[in-house]
Amino acid sequence: MAAKYVGKRIKRTEDPRLIKGLAHYVDDVRLPDTLHVAFVRSIYAHARITSIDVTEALKAPGVVAVYTGKDIATTVGPVPCAAALPDLKIPDYRVLATGKALFVGHPIAAVVATDRYLARDAADLISVDYEELPVAVDVEASAKGGPVIHEQFGSNIAYTLTSGEGDIEAALKSADHIVTQRMVHQRLAPVAMEGRGVLARYFPGEEELTLWSSTQIPHLMRTQVALMIGLPENKLRVITPEVGGGFGSKLNVYAEEALLAWISIQLGKPVKWIESRRENMQATIHGRAQVGTVEVGCKNDGTITGLRYNVVADLGAYHQLLTPAIPTLTGLMLSGAYRIPAIQMNVTGVFTNKMSTDAYRGAGRPEATYVVERAMDIVAAELKIDPVEVRRKNFPAKTEFPFHTATGLDYDSGDYEAALDKALNLSGYAKLRAEQAKARAAGKLIGIGMSSYVEICALGPSQAMPAGGWESATVRIEPTGTVTVLTGASPHGQGQETSFAQIAADELGVDLNAVTVIHGDTAIVQYGIGTFGSRATAVGGTAVLIAIQKLKEKAAKIAAHVLRCEASSLAFEGGRYSRPSAAAASAVSEPDVAVGEAPAGALPEPDTEGRSTLTIQEIALIAHIAKELPPDTEPGLSATYFFEPKNFTFPFGTHICVVEIDKETGETKFLRYVAVDDCGKVINPLLVDGQIHGGIVQAIGQALYEEVVYDEQGQLVTGELMDYALPKASQMPWFELDRTETPSPVNPLGVKGVGEAGTIGATPAVVNAIVDALSPYGVKHLDMPARPEAVWKLITG
Amino acid sequence: MKQAISINVNEVDHRDEVEPRLLLVHYLRDLLGLTGTHVGCETSICGACTILVDGQAVKSCTMFAVQADGANITTIEGLATNGNLHPMQEGFWEKHGLQCGYCTPGMIIAATQLIDRNPNPSRDEIRHGLEGNLCRCTGYQHIVEAVEYAAKKKADL
Ligand code: FES
Ligand code: FES
Repeated sequence: MAAKYVGKRIKRTEDPRLIKGLAHYVDDVRLPDTLHVAFVRSIYAHARITSIDVTEALKAPGVVAVYTGKDIATTVGPVPCAAALPDLKIPDYRVLATGKALFVGHPIAAVVATDRYLARDAADLISVDYEELPVAVDVEASAKGGPVIHEQFGSNIAYTLTSGEGDIEAALKSADHIVTQRMVHQRLAPVAMEGRGVLARYFPGEEELTLWSSTQIPHLMRTQVALMIGLPENKLRVITPEVGGGFGSKLNVYAEEALLAWISIQLGKPVKWIESRRENMQATIHGRAQVGTVEVGCKNDGTITGLRYNVVADLGAYHQLLTPAIPTLTGLMLSGAYRIPAIQMNVTGVFTNKMSTDAYRGAGRPEATYVVERAMDIVAAELKIDPVEVRRKNFPAKTEFPFHTATGLDYDSGDYEAALDKALNLSGYAKLRAEQAKARAAGKLIGIGMSSYVEICALGPSQAMPAGGWESATVRIEPTGTVTVLTGASPHGQGQETSFAQIAADELGVDLNAVTVIHGDTAIVQYGIGTFGSRATAVGGTAVLIAIQKLKEKAAKIAAHVLRCEASSLAFEGGRYSRPSAAAASAVSEPDVAVGEAPAGALPEPDTEGRSTLTIQEIALIAHIAKELPPDTEPGLSATYFFEPKNFTFPFGTHICVVEIDKETGETKFLRYVAVDDCGKVINPLLVDGQIHGGIVQAIGQALYEEVVYDEQGQLVTGELMDYALPKASQMPWFELDRTETPSPVNPLGVKGVGEAGTIGATPAVVNAIVDALSPYGVKHLDMPARPEAVWKLITG
Repeated sequence: MKQAISINVNEVDHRDEVEPRLLLVHYLRDLLGLTGTHVGCETSICGACTILVDGQAVKSCTMFAVQADGANITTIEGLATNGNLHPMQEGFWEKHGLQCGYCTPGMIIAATQLIDRNPNPSRDEIRHGLEGNLCRCTGYQHIVEAVEYAAKKKADL
């Protein structure tokens, strides 16, 4: 395809509505007679609900209905878990608590009223009697014993799993050194700036339900909610309007979504619930929350012989959609960017009286990268060699790809050394080390940290996914020549309306503005999987590309028929099919179908007499009018393709950052941040930069500021944004970005994915820099977040 | 007891009877249908609800509608003039200063005040000036560039 758009910094076509304030997020969708739902949520982490008195609430102004666990126990199915693991314990997770409340924020009752203020007022009139129960909060303690959350399982252990290849015992035995480090991956909150929100509207006559939800997975949600409420799937339409960020938190099916759908059926009216930030902190999934110990064996020259990671994963009280599967992704990525002959992960998934953990940007891979990249630095410190050299020593060479890891993966393509070298050059690494030595001599605490990451993207082959790993696209050229792309990948800020239009416009040779990308409506778009796991472009974009190629096969057949030549002899250039002899002279001689300018009320007649070239848009018109089609050709011009990748993709890169620590306050300040990322072929560098920036900032958030804190009673201490510290503009460095470009062989676009790279690569770079800065004090490790007080304590001993 | 208020929003006069507890952001969104102003935290932290009240950037989640009685308000919907984007809106588009777009209206409004007060801000000043506005998507760098673009564009006008 002629690349007029692909690879260019094209500004986004979705932006005008967003910058004018005219876009529609769920709460901006207004329907007449909408009722509003407010929840009563558990104030205890673990308690028996002995009684719920709703009489006052029912009498309150504007109240239409109140529902509690007994109303839904036999009518609404449980919140689904799609993860399949051997001997996994799956508790029955009802959409309202029945009998016991298992975490702060657990929904207990739903109040429906005519106005959101009145719903809230009435919710406050519901009195719940609790009998407090002992709590399981600390994940390590809960793994060993203490109060059991789900009595039927006898313990809090949801599953144990061992993964990896190679003889780990022998590998560690053969090492000259073994380094061991305990690491805590604190619990994080995804905090999409728009919380969750649901609007459900039942049409009693049609017996159909439309559900607007702020989600990353409209089709999977349709299937699951239909099953939960017992509605035929083809009577349920899920629409995701504008989605204000997801980061994995909306890659889920939540209690509220099914409950609102069910309530709308009960009442025959639209019902809406918009999550407050407090509810978002309590009852939207959290991420990370692993505590583990890594052991790494190495030779004197830095060669890694084996890696073992024993880890307990804090799952929370229930499984959301993928909760137990997230730590298994950690196990998959423990080889990092290195050749490690033997790897073993032993994971124990543990129930605690907290909100569920699940996929948060990176989803298990940041933990793995952090373990491996911290371990590399610890090895370097142990052997007193430069961290760069330890990494270089263990990289597979670019000729070794596809590269098989002891975690059972086959990395598609890579040139890790090239990315490392580029980052070293861009940062001026040697000079940085010299400056650091000088600064140290002057008593300053300067640290240089790096991370050479690999991540697993483009999820993925269906074999490795709970519910299909493909993505779908339909491409149509309408009678007037405009192009419609329907994608099953439902974006929430990634810019697919632009990047997919770039792919389509280039492949069809039409103007970018002629293409509209439609997503997020299950009544319009064929089944799709969704946007997560940095899969949208690699899988969904490829589906668009191949659908167009299919469409063009048909267009060429029609063109050949009309132009009276062989399809194989046609040239396609600039959106135009030409007979061989005409190819050169064609471009100016014949009119285009003007996109969007068809005269009102009259479709132009295709003028095919004596033509030697036809635009693909004219062919669309011919295909729709259908008077001049070759025999056995269906009218219309559209094609659908479901693309199933044969493997994952594996983006990689090296990040280097320089920090200065204030000795007096323990505060960390960035002096430099250099990132060289390789996400394969790039469709739109502007959007890729944006993904990298945003990803790094979320990683810095984990490294320095963010932590979901539950106290020993299981009370959520970080219940609002006043207590949960998100990175601010003034705290962030200026990012110096560059790229290497190693195409992926897994898809014809050669793209790998970039949505999570920053979050995966950056956290260890930052912590490595801080540890490096503190190394004069003998510091070998510190746990995140590296808050000033923690750092200051290390300095002052 | 409802209270009568009269507020000018984006150069249109509105008279309404509202409950004293009605938040200004809900007045704008629910009564006037101006849903471009968003709610991200309800606690005056995130800035998604930022609007201009008599020319001052204000977080409309922490102000009651009755407190705005008699005020002139500009929301994101009122920023463009005669169909032309405000230089700040243009900057955000040109520099990819938004991803999901949820923080964007508040961010743009706050940034317009920033360059009104300081027509030629340094990158540091931009970052500090936007401390009251959180963005979870962009990592802020493109937002800083958007503000620089707008400041320059405004100076050139
Ligand atoms: S909603 Fe007003 S500051 Fe966050
Ligand atoms: S663009 Fe999504 S929060 Fe700023």
